Amino acid sequence: MLIERRWKKWSYFYIPLALFVLFALFPFYWMAVTALRPDGELYRAWRAANATPFWTLAPTLEHFQGLLSSTKFLRWLGNTMFIALASTAISLMCGLFAGYALSRLSFRGSEFLGTAIFITYLVPQTLLFIPISNIVRDMHLGNTPWALILTYPTFLIPFCTWLLMGYFKTIPRELEECARIDGATRFGAMVRIIFPVAVPGILSAGIFAFTLSWNEFIYALVFLSSVDQKTVPVGVVSELIRGDIFFWGQLMAGALLGSVPVALVYSFFVEYYVAGLTGSVKG
Amino acid sequence: MSSIAPAHQRKRLGGSHWTGIAENERILALALLAPAVVILSTFIAYPFVMAIWFALTSIRVGDPGEFIGLANFAKAWHDSIFQTAFKNTVFYTSWATIFKLTLGMCLALLLNRHFRLKRIVRASMLLPFIIPTVLSTFAWRWMFDPTFSVVNWLLYRTGFITNRLPFLSDGDWAMWCAILVNTWRGMPFFAITLLAGLQTINPDLHEAAALDGANAWHRFWHVTWPLLLPVTLVVVVFSVIQTFSDFQLIYVLTGGGPANSTHLVATYAYQLGVGAGLLGEGAAISLFMFPVLFAVVWIQLRYLRRIEGA
Repeated sequence: MLIERRWKKWSYFYIPLALFVLFALFPFYWMAVTALRPDGELYRAWRAANATPFWTLAPTLEHFQGLLSSTKFLRWLGNTMFIALASTAISLMCGLFAGYALSRLSFRGSEFLGTAIFITYLVPQTLLFIPISNIVRDMHLGNTPWALILTYPTFLIPFCTWLLMGYFKTIPRELEECARIDGATRFGAMVRIIFPVAVPGILSAGIFAFTLSWNEFIYALVFLSSVDQKTVPVGVVSELIRGDIFFWGQLMAGALLGSVPVALVYSFFVEYYVAGLTGSVKG
Repeated sequence: MSSIAPAHQRKRLGGSHWTGIAENERILALALLAPAVVILSTFIAYPFVMAIWFALTSIRVGDPGEFIGLANFAKAWHDSIFQTAFKNTVFYTSWATIFKLTLGMCLALLLNRHFRLKRIVRASMLLPFIIPTVLSTFAWRWMFDPTFSVVNWLLYRTGFITNRLPFLSDGDWAMWCAILVNTWRGMPFFAITLLAGLQTINPDLHEAAALDGANAWHRFWHVTWPLLLPVTLVVVVFSVIQTFSDFQLIYVLTGGGPANSTHLVATYAYQLGVGAGLLGEGAAISLFMFPVLFAVVWIQLRYLRRIEGA
């Protein structure tokens, strides 16, 4: 290959890359510094001579304590976790069955159903939140976690189905046929032979679905009303801004704590997540 | 479709009546698809019909209203706030997509090289995309705070400004700030997906082009870009749909202000439908997004079919 001079490598590679990393990560650093900074330092005007925005000399946990004692933050974390896990489980089950049927079984209308599911994949939540909130209320699900557990699959199922369909297509048919010769039923072969082989695909779909549910906002904002039922994003928006006053220390502490679960799940399964992300658009 | 044994033999092997049914491909397929179809029709297809019905009536919270034809659409069409919101949405989507594509492509090209700590860098670049938007947007709002902005502090200390910049208090500034935050959040999605596309390109092609005397730009433009075009198109379609229907970022960053200058179609629909309880008008405004989204999906489907046909 071409020989590059050192300065060239720095100016074309290391410096741009470092700028990208700085741009991507600075807001998170800023979140952390703000959450650890005492109020006296936090509200120091931008032109004050003694402002030291990039670090703090007196780190404190007061905002975390305030957050946990004055709001129901832990309750919101629990709600979000339950809703994300339940809707992911439902979507994975539906996605596995539907993906298998669409990729392995031949029946009339399979192409139409595949296209229909693909189109629902592209329907954004903001298009239908008004009628759905009425439906949820009529089903007496308003202000319960089930309002979200049943509606989140609308954007998770299409994605899971699509991703798993692609995955099933890569599994050789012979594997299933061997099991069938040994006397397994079609359903048995699917559950015992095909699903175990598809575990990486299931993990990718599951992790992606989990992060999407954790991120969802407008349904949670519209369908839930009592403080006890809220998810983290909605709770932070509605309870940490009182009137016009922003409690920045607590807000940033909440943002940090609310990001931890999803960041942890992500960091353990980066490769699966990336596979899910790139698979989600391949089709 | 390849099956092991013809139907009459299968029946003999099957035994009970139920196994016979489970062996019937058509019935099994319907049973397997049922849960997905039930959920999607209850919460997508049915609400879609309902949205159209709402939009044609004067329904509001606590009042079923009556059929008023296209009056809600006509009202929105002549509503100056809606006109602003629609123009804002187009502006926001166009610029954010251009930035995300450009920066995402640069980042993907950088990440496609071998260097130490590559895995950690790649993993951390995706963080803006996976952290809940509402939470990270609060961090940006705090960075753009009128009195305590760290960006103002930095520019003041380095001598670029003497007066603070009106990040979220001036309409034009606020729109560009929103575009910046959207770019920050969406860029990793472009970068990682394009990177996956780049890794499928045979390096021999580049070497051949380099031997023919093509410089880096020519190699990108004549080799990489055309091969990456299918992936790029799909990513752009996904991103356009998400950006065009964006709600949470604006809701947290500016709330549509100042003076409606950052309202998007979705935030305005929320304000009317949920804030003011005008369900009919809110539904009509949401539906104005539909033709645009439909056009994008239609292009995507046509394009996919062309690839499959080829």
